[in-house]
Amino acid sequence: METLHEEITDEIRAILDKWKPKEGNLIMILHGVQQRYGYVPWNISKFLASELSVPLARIFEVVTFYNFFNLEAPADYKISVCTGTACHLKGAPVLIQGLKKQLKISPKAQYTEDRKFKVEEVRCVGCCGLAPAMVINEEVYGRLKPEDIEPTLETIKIEETS
Amino acid sequence: MEKLTLKTTQRYREQQRAVIEKRLKPDQLTGGQMEVMVCRSTGCESIEAKRILERLKKVVNSKGLDDKIHITQTGCFGFCEKGPIVKVLPENVYYVMVKPDDIEEIVEKHFVEGNIVDSMLMEEQQGKTGRREEISLFKKQMRIVLRNNGRIDPESVNEYIAVDGYTALEKVLNGMTPEEVIATLKLAGLRGRGGAGFPIWQKWTNARKAIGENKFIICNGDEGDPGAFMDSSVLEGDPHSVIEAMAIAAYTIGASKGYFYVRAEYGLAIRRIQVAIDQAYALGLLGKNVLGSDFSFDLEIRLGAGAFVCGEETALIASIEGERGTPRPRPPYPSISGLFGMPTVINNVETLANIAPIINNGGEWFASIGTETSKGTKVFALTGKVNVSGLIEVPMGTTIREIVFDIGGGIAGGKKVKAVQTGGPSGGIIPEKYFDTPIDYESLNSLGSMMGSGGMIVMDEDDSMVDIAKFYIQFSVDESCGKCAPCRIGNYQILQILERFGKKRGKEDDLEKLHDIAFAMKKGSLCGLGQTSPNPVISTLKYFPEEYNEKIRKPKIVQTK
Ligand SMILES: Cc1cc2nc3c(=O)[nH]c(=O)nc-3n(C[C@H](O)[C@H](O)[C@H](O)COP(=O)(O)O)c2cc1C
Ligand code: FES
Repeated sequence: METLHEEITDEIRAILDKWKPKEGNLIMILHGVQQRYGYVPWNISKFLASELSVPLARIFEVVTFYNFFNLEAPADYKISVCTGTACHLKGAPVLIQGLKKQLKISPKAQYTEDRKFKVEEVRCVGCCGLAPAMVINEEVYGRLKPEDIEPTLETIKIEETS
Repeated sequence: MEKLTLKTTQRYREQQRAVIEKRLKPDQLTGGQMEVMVCRSTGCESIEAKRILERLKKVVNSKGLDDKIHITQTGCFGFCEKGPIVKVLPENVYYVMVKPDDIEEIVEKHFVEGNIVDSMLMEEQQGKTGRREEISLFKKQMRIVLRNNGRIDPESVNEYIAVDGYTALEKVLNGMTPEEVIATLKLAGLRGRGGAGFPIWQKWTNARKAIGENKFIICNGDEGDPGAFMDSSVLEGDPHSVIEAMAIAAYTIGASKGYFYVRAEYGLAIRRIQVAIDQAYALGLLGKNVLGSDFSFDLEIRLGAGAFVCGEETALIASIEGERGTPRPRPPYPSISGLFGMPTVINNVETLANIAPIINNGGEWFASIGTETSKGTKVFALTGKVNVSGLIEVPMGTTIREIVFDIGGGIAGGKKVKAVQTGGPSGGIIPEKYFDTPIDYESLNSLGSMMGSGGMIVMDEDDSMVDIAKFYIQFSVDESCGKCAPCRIGNYQILQILERFGKKRGKEDDLEKLHDIAFAMKKGSLCGLGQTSPNPVISTLKYFPEEYNEKIRKPKIVQTK
């Protein structure tokens, strides 16, 4: 996909100011960046490299090592299906299959063609008592059954058009 | 806010205690007075606990009941599966799976008319007067680590102080020498709850004796085991108990700086820790000259970023240093050369939550709980196919059967139990025939599993052991940092073999190969991840060989080692 060029905001400068004097600051700075843009944009990485006087490769080795950081712009709807042990046992694989089928995402892919929806697997969202669980953007849906998928997606689509 | 000193804390505590006295002693609630608690841990929070709390406050206010009815948010009560949960004192009843729309009815019928709404109670309490003892989840439990969970507002330092919070730090600063702290921990016999079970007094002694310009204390809140939420519940429900312990640890080893390392996914825990740290600074419980003493201690949060291996202590240190989270060979151990090359103590959240009660009640008290080799209690996140999933704390030496059947209420849907899994991706499967084993570090190891951090996942007759083994190995393949070959290649090769079994195309020599690869990984891997990741395979092979045999193309009898 094309690389997006994001604006370097005051927020990012403030994060840099706060963390620059501290040892081992890179990961905290990247968290700040991702929180702002939803991912770690290419031009921001280059900006960080020059501000922190480190090679760009050093930024990328860290971004690519940690699962939490994304290099691609986020979808409008991020559906994170928990595949922790409790959720796995209670049917997470079936949920993922169902979701991808509904959204017409092929089994190996994550995004819908229009990049509106992303279905990803995450390890334990901390509500194991409510297994199986998924998180859509920030909202958690627990005690799910495969037949819940369709109505849940419908509500999202309705909310969006309203 | 005025800062507290060693001289003024006692008075302050008495004032704060008076505020929540009736919640602590419900029999003093008279004339329609009530204490209402709403769980706001991740589980309940995700399903509208916030709206329930707001609605409760609004409805109670609109009925003019503000004087009589006191409403608070708390940490986890334990039976997360039934959330959202509202607890009411003095009746001591739990309303479960509450919806915002239920609030009017609860307030009108119960709070105004005095009639408990039976149909919304926890099933076990229905038709009864409803007392704590009657809930099976609480039977056989003993709460030390979770002492304040579900009792106080985690976002209020005053409530923590009211329930004897920071008395242990006071006691230490009031004249215990570091040696006395260490002697108390030695007598207590506290061992690490993050997995390996290393004696705490030993680790603290090593760091105390080590020489360094600076020293550090780190709280390991990475909790990478998928399907476990013990540490997050403590951090969300009682963050001050961990801060207090870190201050005591810092005083003991001679550190002046501490870090909370928390996984980034734990948004609520991170927020609550930050609130707690800010409050502690404001009251002089952190910062320069803690409680007016000579001891100074600073604390900050560092976030993980979704890498299981960063729970391993040397990888965690690399991560705080801003590097890729790859482990380093030990020795040197972090207690000698850790963060930024300085002596560093790393302890798990649950380990730390035990410290203040030990200082307050003495080492002998703690040592009287548990088994010969393992003292105190253990918190488990009980999940999977049990009737009541949740967060529990039991004395060491409790049997698996007691946990699954007496506390967890047995298997859901009348199925037959097959096994439990403890220790996450590093642990093993324990079949039903060993359920009467008393749990401690040694007994779990001898069964081929391990204590781990405390996930306990119950499996029934429908669960395929080959599938479970494959699930964990897939996890380890994804999470191996790739630095050492035995772990990087070994896990992948095991996965390839297990995938064949999943398609019922296992080969005759595959079982032997699995054993060989596992052995090589145990011997050759750099860190605990690779050394223990074959455990789920080894234990399922040992206890359920027939499930593998069924999936070999030309069946033959297997000899397990
Ligand atoms: C792969 C791996 C993952 C680990 N994950 C955690 C974890 O999530 N939380 C934790 O407290 N300890 C974890 N540990 C154990 C730590 O290395 C360390 O032993 C522990 O934090 C020490 O604290 P304790 O003495 O209080 O148990 C892990 C170890 C390994 C090998
Ligand atoms: S395993 Fe899914 S929330 Fe923990």
